[in-house]
Amino acid sequence: MGIPTEHYTRKEKLGGVGCERRRKEDARFIQGKGNYVDDIKLPGMLHGDFVRSPYAHARIKSIDASAALALPGVHAVLTAKDLKPLNLHWMPTLAGDVQAVLADEKVGFQYQEVAFVVADDRYIAADAADMVKVEYEVLPCVSDPHRAMDPDAPEIRPDLAGKMQGAHSARKHHNHIFTWEVGDKAATDLAFSMAEVTVKEKIWYPRNHGSPLETCGAVAAFDKANGELKLWVTSQAPHVVRTVVAQLSGLDEARVHVVAPDVGGGFGVKVGIYPGYVCAIVASISLGRPVKWIEDRVEHLAATAFGRDYHMTGELAADKDGRIKALRVHVLADHGAFDSCADPSKWPAGFFNICTGSYDIKVAYVCVDGVYTNKAPGGVSYRCSFRVTEASYIIERMIDVLAQRLGIDKAEIRLRNFIKPEQFPYMSALGWEYDSGNYAEGLRKVLEACDYAGLRREQAEKRARGYLMGIGLSTFTEIVGAGPTKICDILGVGMFDSCEIRVHPTGSAIARFGTKDQGQSHRTTYAQILATEIGIPSENIMIEEGDTDTAPYGLGTYGSRSTPTAGAAAARAGRKIRAKARKIAAHLLEVSEDDLEWDVDRFVVKGVPDQMKTMKDIAWAAYNNVPPGLEPGLEAVDYYDPPNMTYPSGAYLCVVDIDRYTGEVKVRRFYALDDCGTRINPIIIDGQIHGGLTEAFAVAMGQELPYDKEGNLLGASLLDYFIPTAVETPKYETDFTVTPSPHHPIGAKGVGESPHVGGVSAFSNAVIDAFSHVGVTHIDMPYKSCNVWKMLHALGLDKRE
Amino acid sequence: MIPPSFSYRAPATVSEALALLNESDGEAKVLAGGHSLLPMMKFRFAEPALLIDIGRIPELKGIRQVGNRIHIGAMTTENELLESALLKEKCPLLPEVVRWIADPQVRNRGTIGGDIAHGDPANDHPATMRALEAEFVLKSADGERVVAADDFYLGTYYTLLEANELLTEIRVPVLPPGTGYAYKKLKRKTGDFAIAAACVVLSLTGDKCERIAITLTNVGPTPLRAETAEKLLTGKAIDDQLVEQAAQLAMEICDPAEDLRGDKEYKIHMAGEMTRRAIREAIDRARGRK
Repeated sequence: MGIPTEHYTRKEKLGGVGCERRRKEDARFIQGKGNYVDDIKLPGMLHGDFVRSPYAHARIKSIDASAALALPGVHAVLTAKDLKPLNLHWMPTLAGDVQAVLADEKVGFQYQEVAFVVADDRYIAADAADMVKVEYEVLPCVSDPHRAMDPDAPEIRPDLAGKMQGAHSARKHHNHIFTWEVGDKAATDLAFSMAEVTVKEKIWYPRNHGSPLETCGAVAAFDKANGELKLWVTSQAPHVVRTVVAQLSGLDEARVHVVAPDVGGGFGVKVGIYPGYVCAIVASISLGRPVKWIEDRVEHLAATAFGRDYHMTGELAADKDGRIKALRVHVLADHGAFDSCADPSKWPAGFFNICTGSYDIKVAYVCVDGVYTNKAPGGVSYRCSFRVTEASYIIERMIDVLAQRLGIDKAEIRLRNFIKPEQFPYMSALGWEYDSGNYAEGLRKVLEACDYAGLRREQAEKRARGYLMGIGLSTFTEIVGAGPTKICDILGVGMFDSCEIRVHPTGSAIARFGTKDQGQSHRTTYAQILATEIGIPSENIMIEEGDTDTAPYGLGTYGSRSTPTAGAAAARAGRKIRAKARKIAAHLLEVSEDDLEWDVDRFVVKGVPDQMKTMKDIAWAAYNNVPPGLEPGLEAVDYYDPPNMTYPSGAYLCVVDIDRYTGEVKVRRFYALDDCGTRINPIIIDGQIHGGLTEAFAVAMGQELPYDKEGNLLGASLLDYFIPTAVETPKYETDFTVTPSPHHPIGAKGVGESPHVGGVSAFSNAVIDAFSHVGVTHIDMPYKSCNVWKMLHALGLDKRE
Repeated sequence: MIPPSFSYRAPATVSEALALLNESDGEAKVLAGGHSLLPMMKFRFAEPALLIDIGRIPELKGIRQVGNRIHIGAMTTENELLESALLKEKCPLLPEVVRWIADPQVRNRGTIGGDIAHGDPANDHPATMRALEAEFVLKSADGERVVAADDFYLGTYYTLLEANELLTEIRVPVLPPGTGYAYKKLKRKTGDFAIAAACVVLSLTGDKCERIAITLTNVGPTPLRAETAEKLLTGKAIDDQLVEQAAQLAMEICDPAEDLRGDKEYKIHMAGEMTRRAIREAIDRARGRK
């Protein structure tokens, strides 16, 4: 029994894939030793602050900065006029549009950047910003996207006048951005016309915000002597930032050094490039001193990259047994004053066409109209892979609507429509090839664990006594890991990702990646992937990301892409290391490579267990005793272009009780079963699930960025914007099934966004289910108590006997 | 969210603080915990030239019984109220209310005097003080006066407190055994203001309600006292029908401001609902059921 135990001990010591390794990031953060952009302090550093528009739509008649410039400690006040000679008053967006860096003659949304004040410290900058006098002529504004394409709607973008061909389609109105159609319209219409049953629902996914703990910011330091720019920036994708900065500034890309230090949460908000970054760079170049810009929470919520804001109309056609025959969806997408969505370039509505979900729907048609309104730009994916949350929401809501219409149980209708395990790889009606899945298994496991039948009995009994109880299901499928470079690029750069490993002589290693952690635990989990591949304990593998001078090029971390792309690159680079190690081991043991077999952390001569070389031995030999013809050293690099997306899935169940007199929703139970393929680290996965579900809870119950008719943003601070505390946050139970991705080197699919994507519809479906017995099929989010009470009150459910 | 520049002084005694207030000609604000004032300064809604930090004045702290009243120093923190054995025994309503204020971090800094003197109808102490018929000691360089909580609130952020005056002490009654009380607060999340809240203090003689005070938080420019509802219930055996009528009367006096927590209609209904719940709980307590 000695050998298995020894084998087991070595495996344990390795800390590889599947092990519950504690987060390696925390010790530093818990001790306050993080190093965020705002922690960067350079000699002679100046501070920037914005003058922002109080109006949603106005012409700028004049800007008088004389009083501000006269304030001691003020170095510059930049306006569009100053940026114009550099051609930096506008910048390209990721969506093929342009965005004003500083308002050029006109503002298009409240809080838009109008002037940039640079001063000795943050306080003087704020005082000076107050002293810049801007004279506005207020213009009529477009606040309601449904009115954006009215014939007489005010023109939001005169800079596009006459330009009737947009980046993604022809434009049919001055406030129209694009129309994006996918699927077979004729076949879908036919299926609807022949269907036994059709249902239709208008469903708004409100505008919200990822609002990470750390807001956005940058420190730009231009070295005039060498013509080099160093930029520390809150970025989920620092390599792309470097490329864009080089293109915009005309600086050699090699002379642009971009560093994303610790990033305190991203959730998609830190993918794009913001006016503040550009202004800090311009100010540093022109003043020859480092310039820091850090936005405050109000600026962050009001001007930096909202999420969602999809006005959707969903329709399902089905037979009377609830078998879905077709899906039709129209979306009116409110993009604000500039199209700054952060999607891969060819995808104006992201991967919204994953909206057939987990169901075998033979025909479908989707049409998305993007429009301009006088609101902040954004449309980033708030912890989701490019509009996948909206897509998952529409199908998970619509299948409930259909179930209610037909009187079929909401679990049963899902089981009737799931794509079956034997159908994978499955080509969806809207063009995606699902890699693998076992949806029915997941749902059945959840129904059993929660005694679903018992819950339904309890609900019936409670209803009879006047109580409101809701049971919500969400059986979602995600599409993550963007993506194959043939279909996915950002500004022309393919969405591969990368890993570079260097094994040191004494047997430890460093690995660098093109991704960037913002809380995802890359230091912990990448090392585990590598440990399994190269037989060096994860404790001895350092992980580095974020410095564009040292890390290999990659497209960054968002859309749950790190594990599917860079994680795959890690496995493949590791295999290259192992292949070379095998050659060295064969040389050392004087046998043929074929005579060796891999055993956890060593190569062993087949059948002669004591004839072996550990990776530690091999690492040393790599630097002094390699076989003839082989280069010394032990390094590998892999740029991984994924052949397909990965398709994580899950089955969630949520139970709520509603106080019918106040409208308060209490989440009694939340059971989350996720299938993210191979599980690299169960406790990290659990952490991701808890965090994502809490965000989903926040979105469903309260997050909103509402505007009034004049385009004023109501509630742009944490006084109003809903961030739940531990007290409000529900308790979660987690579970899993494992259906590996067949095309990923280790079968992993990614998990970061699943709980948000799947969670929102579970909460929604639970709240609406509580009203299903009185004929309610939909209520828009957020389910804050006043909104729920409105429904209760309108239905007379809040009456006391 | 950067405040303009201001001066800061931290006097060691009440008389020093009063002298500073006198000199400052209305340009000073008193820092008494800062959880309302500092955010207002960061938003530049408040731009005082001078902040007088009264947090280092020992004589403004402490909780003690004097006859049938409890005297509370204005700079006593919320957590000190929460932990006070004296209050728990003699005026348990107060610690119950404190539990609904913000979170432990805020309660470590926030003070009862700051909460009361700020004049924000969204704060929880003002309505409580009216329900308890508390008294406030206001000091100035010229002397002191004692005013009733009932008379103190004139409008939003507008109280009887003059620019040269300092609220130094709060006096609440010792609640006689058998007093029923309750504070019912509906809020979105920990740390948030009330959508609406109701405070009830009552005493019963047999089945009949001998005395009752009903006050409301955050549904008008000041904390409100539902006097018509109080009159309706006084002298009667309170049944479900009377509770309902009292709630309706309380709703009639509400004039809340609409915000993302709800429109006027919702907030008024919630004031009614909190009133119902507070009366019921207060009665249960008076009868020793809870």
